[in-house]
Formats: sequence, C-alpha cells, structure tokens
Amino acid sequence: MKLNEITQKLNLHQFTNQEIGSDDEASLAYCSDMLSCVMTGAGHHSIWVTLQAHQNIVAVAALLELTAIIITENALPDEATIHKANQEGIKLMGTSEKNFEVCGKLWEIGLRSS
Amino acid sequence: MTDIKNHPITDAVAENITKVEELAYELLINQVMTRDIATISPADTMEFVANLFREKRISGAPVLNDGELVGILSIEDLIRCLRAVDLFSAVNKYMSTQLITVKEFDPVIEALKTFVHNRVGRLPVLDEHNKLVGIITKGDITRGLLKKLTNEFQQEEIRVYRASHLFEDIISTRTSLVLRYNIKPRDFIHGGTASSYIKRALMRLGASPQIARRCGIAIYEAEMNLIIHSRNGGIIRVEIEPHQITMETIDDGPGIQDVDLAMKPGFSTATEQVREMGFGAGMGLANITRCVDQLKIDSSLERGTRLKMKIFLKEQESFGDSRGNRLEGTP
Repeated sequence: MKLNEITQKLNLHQFTNQEIGSDDEASLAYCSDMLSCVMTGAGHHSIWVTLQAHQNIVAVAALLELTAIIITENALPDEATIHKANQEGIKLMGTSEKNFEVCGKLWEIGLRSS
Repeated sequence: MTDIKNHPITDAVAENITKVEELAYELLINQVMTRDIATISPADTMEFVANLFREKRISGAPVLNDGELVGILSIEDLIRCLRAVDLFSAVNKYMSTQLITVKEFDPVIEALKTFVHNRVGRLPVLDEHNKLVGIITKGDITRGLLKKLTNEFQQEEIRVYRASHLFEDIISTRTSLVLRYNIKPRDFIHGGTASSYIKRALMRLGASPQIARRCGIAIYEAEMNLIIHSRNGGIIRVEIEPHQITMETIDDGPGIQDVDLAMKPGFSTATEQVREMGFGAGMGLANITRCVDQLKIDSSLERGTRLKMKIFLKEQESFGDSRGNRLEGTP
C-alpha cells in the first residue's frame, strides 16, 4: 500500500520534511517499543509503530531500511532526531492514537505482520 | 529558482535540485565565465559591430574606453540601430550604460539571482579593481554546472569501483581491511553511528545487502552494549577479508557475571532508565547469535568483555575474486 494512502487513512502528520512519493510503499508493519525486538522482527521496508521518539529509533530504522516510523500517543521527537531522520531518509510520522489502535487500523487497511 | 507549486517534486528530483543548488554556491563565477571576449570601443561604428557580431557569432559585447567598462551593447541595440538605418553612428549612441555587473570571485548563485531580477542576457564580470575580466551568460552557468555534476558523478563511480575492487587489485598472502571505532559510554545520541558506517563500508566494498544487513544488526547490538553497559566505553574492530568478516568489541569492564544467563533471551541487567528508552529487552546477544555464524564471548569481572563475531562468506558472496587475490600455493 502507498504510504500516502496510509498517511491519509490514519490521519498521520509528518515530523520530517520529506516528499512522500508514489514509490514509497509498505505492506508490512511491526510494533514494539523495545529496540532489540524491532531489530529481530521488523523486515525490510516495513512500518514501525512505537511510542519511542528518541534519536536511536532512527539508527535502528536506518540499519533495517524501514520505510517509516509511526510515533504514537503524541510523543515528540526532538530536532536532532528529525534532522537525522531527514538525513537517513526515514519518514517520521505522528499520531495521538495508541500503538494498539494504530496497529488495528493498519491491519484493517491490509497491512500484515513483518 | 524552481517552481515547486506547479511541479510535484519527487525525491530523486529534489536530490538533484539540492545538488545543483549546492554547486551554484560552490562554483565561482570565474570558473564558468567566458574569458576570451570581443570588446568594442564607444567610437566604433555600428556597422563594425554588426560585422563583428556576425563573424564571431555573438549577441553582445562590452564597451571599453581606455580599459574602463563604460557600457554594453546587445543585439537588441543593434536591431534598434538597423531599424533606424543608422549604421554609421557610433556605438555610444546605442549602448546601454546602466551596467549590471558581477564580481569574479562571487559564487555562481549571485549571477543566477541577478539574471532572475534583471532582464539581461549577459553580465560583465569584474575583478577586485573593477576591471573587466569576462562575460557570463546563462549558457555559461548551465554548461559549468553540468560539467561539475558529471565530474562529481564520475568521481563517486570511481570511488565505488576502487572500493569494490580493493581485494582484487591488491595481491598478498592474506589481505584484510581493518576498521576501528571508539565508543563512549552512555553516548546514546551517537548510538548506531559506527554500525551504519560499517554497513555503508561493506556495501561500498560490494557486500550483498543481506550480508551487510546481518553485520549491521549484530554490530548495532554490540555497539549499544558498549554504550549501555561498559564502564569506560570500548572499541569496535572490524576486519574484512575476502572470505569472512570478523567483528569485535572490546571493553574493560564491568564484565558479564554469567555468560550463559546473559545469552538467554529476555535476560537483562539494564537499568530502569535505559529500559525506558526501549533498550535492555534482553535480546541483544540473542539477536547477534541469529545474525552471525560464530560468536565467542570472553568475559571476566577483572578484565572486561571481548565479543568476537564472525560471518563466513560463501564463494559467490566473497569480496573480490577469491582465487585471484591470493598468492599461489599459500593458504
């Protein structure tokens, strides 16, 4: 599914300032707030749902080549985190909803576990 | 410079625009301007100018009086003159004396801005003593930028080519490349930086994405262990050989009390504070085991911990041509 569509359907906002192009897609997602679990579980180009918002999530996402991180419950990444995400080409999205709700919606629109 | 509203910009285009803009600040006007220019004097006749423009195939020329720039004459001025059938008049009757100039040591972006704000086709370029040293047109800028872009692209190609052929080009009994990184304790901000450098180096050397990813994950966990647990930080040492990658982390304490227990998924000694950041899931060593072919942990409470991870490369994954880079008859 196109990231654009996911962004619209889940009403996400982007912290980073990257253009979401037509080739930005994801069909898999992973949810955890433990970084090592993400390292194990999140596949290539998937979406990661977490309420962590510190700089290290970008390092993890970059190493795993994830498409985007959805930061939940209004957690705010700081400037340095956003800057690093822009550098690495990782899209940081935000929502007020909880991990569980975001995952439910992602499942509903057709994404599956990575 | 770019109309963003009307043309949706893809990431690829955006990258190029940034690159070109960067170059426009980097390139100096005197690197792209035309130096060898035809000049005219105020007393020359317009007929002379018409012949000059036709012969040299140019559409404008600066007007110099005793070496001083006093005006500029463009093809539009010549057309005005032709319409008035006034070819025997002097240049100073038709030249434009409202001069817009640029300085030779200014970046190209200054000339671009000037072109955007003024309807002129060429700009005289002056040195620090206000002497004319050249002419710059939009065409000069386009050519200069294109040349520079091509050069940079070729240099990156050469860099990747050189890196990926490192192991083929160098012949020795045993060739290896060693990368070292110093890791500071509790430096969460830079957590993962060394790992991403290592991953990038492997990609440049021509490793398959799978191998680079496995190395990246394993070394990330080890790097975070140094940041989270080590007393004084530590060292990451990666040795890349054609047929294997050896990754080591070395610290001087506090050491792992029970290595078997530490290996168990879910076991962690991380502090509450570190756990809140999402570390300390107790999956680090388990993740490493999954990613590497061999893991050796040597730890004691006196000396600290030494982690040695190895990934063996299959024939088709190995760096360089694994037969060509070793001396005959050696192991």
